[in-house]
Amino acid sequence: MEDGLLRTLESGRPVGGHRPWPRFALDERGWRSLIERLAVADWALLGLWAEASEVHAALMDGASGDIAVASLATQERRFPSLSSVRPGAVRLERSIQDLFGLSAEGLTDPRPWLDHGRWPARAPLAFSRGAPPDGPVVYPFLPVEGEGLHQIPVGPVHAGIIEPGHFRFTCAGETVVRLEARLGYAHKGVEAQMAGKTLAEAARVAGRISGDSTVAYAIAFARAAEAATSTETPARAHWLRALFAELERIANHILDIGAICNDAAFPFMLAQATVLREQILQANETCFGHRLLMDRVIPGGVAADVTREAGSILKGLVKELRKRVRRLGELYDDMPSLQDRTVGTGIIKAALAHRFGAGGFVGRAASRAVDVRKTPGYAPYEDLDFDIPVRPEGDVNARVWVRIDEIQASLSLIEQILERMPGGPLVKPIPTRGGEGMALVEGFRGDILLWLRLSEVGRVVRCHPRDPSWFQWPLLEAAIEGNIVADFPLCNKSFNCSYSGVDL
Amino acid sequence: MSIARLLLRELLKGPRTLPRPAADPLGLDHLGHSLGQRARASLGRSLRIREIDAGSCNGCELEIHAVNGPVYDLERFGIHFVASPRHADVLLVTGPVSANMAQAVQRTYDAAPSPKWVVAMGDCAQDGGCFAGNDAVLGGVAALLPVDLVIPGCPPSPQKLLSGLLALLEAVATRGVGTPAAAEAADRAEPQ
Repeated sequence: MEDGLLRTLESGRPVGGHRPWPRFALDERGWRSLIERLAVADWALLGLWAEASEVHAALMDGASGDIAVASLATQERRFPSLSSVRPGAVRLERSIQDLFGLSAEGLTDPRPWLDHGRWPARAPLAFSRGAPPDGPVVYPFLPVEGEGLHQIPVGPVHAGIIEPGHFRFTCAGETVVRLEARLGYAHKGVEAQMAGKTLAEAARVAGRISGDSTVAYAIAFARAAEAATSTETPARAHWLRALFAELERIANHILDIGAICNDAAFPFMLAQATVLREQILQANETCFGHRLLMDRVIPGGVAADVTREAGSILKGLVKELRKRVRRLGELYDDMPSLQDRTVGTGIIKAALAHRFGAGGFVGRAASRAVDVRKTPGYAPYEDLDFDIPVRPEGDVNARVWVRIDEIQASLSLIEQILERMPGGPLVKPIPTRGGEGMALVEGFRGDILLWLRLSEVGRVVRCHPRDPSWFQWPLLEAAIEGNIVADFPLCNKSFNCSYSGVDL
Repeated sequence: MSIARLLLRELLKGPRTLPRPAADPLGLDHLGHSLGQRARASLGRSLRIREIDAGSCNGCELEIHAVNGPVYDLERFGIHFVASPRHADVLLVTGPVSANMAQAVQRTYDAAPSPKWVVAMGDCAQDGGCFAGNDAVLGGVAALLPVDLVIPGCPPSPQKLLSGLLALLEAVATRGVGTPAAAEAADRAEPQ
């Protein structure tokens, strides 16, 4: 039997002070043999990020569940690319090239990604920043050849109220032959912005990487900071974080289910969903002081508690939502004209979801049963009882059903949390010390990875947040192939990938 | 449950829409000088808004969805989000204006017919928010376009967004002073 992930990486030098999972510094030979192993091993790429002269890859061994980080000190500003064995690495490496001026050797798609030629200097995160760009990048879209094809360019300003991105459709009649997305429009320098900040300042930025997932990002940042400093977070804070996270998950799922149906010309569902979502947001405001729960999770704990009154508001809300979401599920199931649009539309094959390591409902609706609340798991979910809905079909309908089922699961989680939450303090101050920490947190879209290095004076040296959408966006391009243009909004909404989260 | 029963239930229940909030007095003051007589004649009591996400975190967009829904029901006031800048009176801009979006924002502005107003929504659009000072952003809408109204907040609540937009609507409909900031800017400099 071949060596597992940890045995393979042990050929490198273990790096101390990296928690909770180990990190190993490899030399270039070790990195290259890791790439060879990745070609055959069932190890998921969890993340790939850089520093000025180092690259890091986080991996999870599918068999043992082991997680570890492999690092390579770059020689002459280059590193061997992982893209040939992990296609999910392509856009991450393109971003590393743009931000750090490091060159990914053998990168299967070397075009620029985040750099549109509009920043004052190239490679803003390199040791020494690059020269000003020659001018806006003329982006070479992939060539498509064939008789009677036409192109439809869409965005970055869209007809609806959504985030900015450009989609290039090549069509034969109504059928999409190829879709290519070009993103990066929402790039606001998140990683540069966090460097040098105090934990409190950086946590505020982390909560605004993707506003719809503000709780999940804040938990990821807090957990990474607590790991880096070996801080024992109070139990009650873990439970409150889970409460906020499940409220966020439900609010997002409900709105998206409504919006998907709206894109299939059934606005009644969106109206219903908006009313339910508003009830959740108003309860958030009443109970915790912010509609989207921004800044309620802080490094070391939480900034809001459940009062007795809030507890009864939330219990009432859960009861009401359970009933009404069940009714909406029945309504969805009862509308043949709706099913006609969603069943068999935008199919992702299980093998593809697996190749890209797609998490969240995109992966789970295509047989990839990954949820980091279960594996590797984190507090308090090991003390809670919940199921992970999984479906094999991979179409829009499967993604809708996974989300409806996840809402019910989250409602049950909230009930358990309110019932069994332990008492005690809400926050434990983070000691001022250096270290490296990593966290995996299940947001509503899927697993968020956040890696953090703190200096001895407790400031952020480097923070890298990896949104679940990095591994989902490429699948959207596959899902739409062979579908008609009119079904793109439906497919896109059923993914609802983050733009801000991946543009950084 | 069948659609017929659900619809009947909604009919019997009555509207879920909240009462109208007051127009934001601060917004009204701020707008007093920036709205022209001709606006009243051309707009009546109707505003068409084109939203532009100029690098926001998507938080502001979520609250825009909320005001468009049945609970806040923006359209009852004659305010309506449109798909094209060609149909718009107002550009509602969110985000710190990323360098990568600046050209698209400018083109969208140029594509909207005059008179037009620019509303900066959220702390990021006001001054860059927690992304201010970064090279990758312009640091607020005013760095690129003449701004007529700022609705601060992170994100602004639907109530705040609604009262800000109502202030704009009332000022357009009832006040006849000043000129839109856009016209003032045009007087100062020739457009590119």
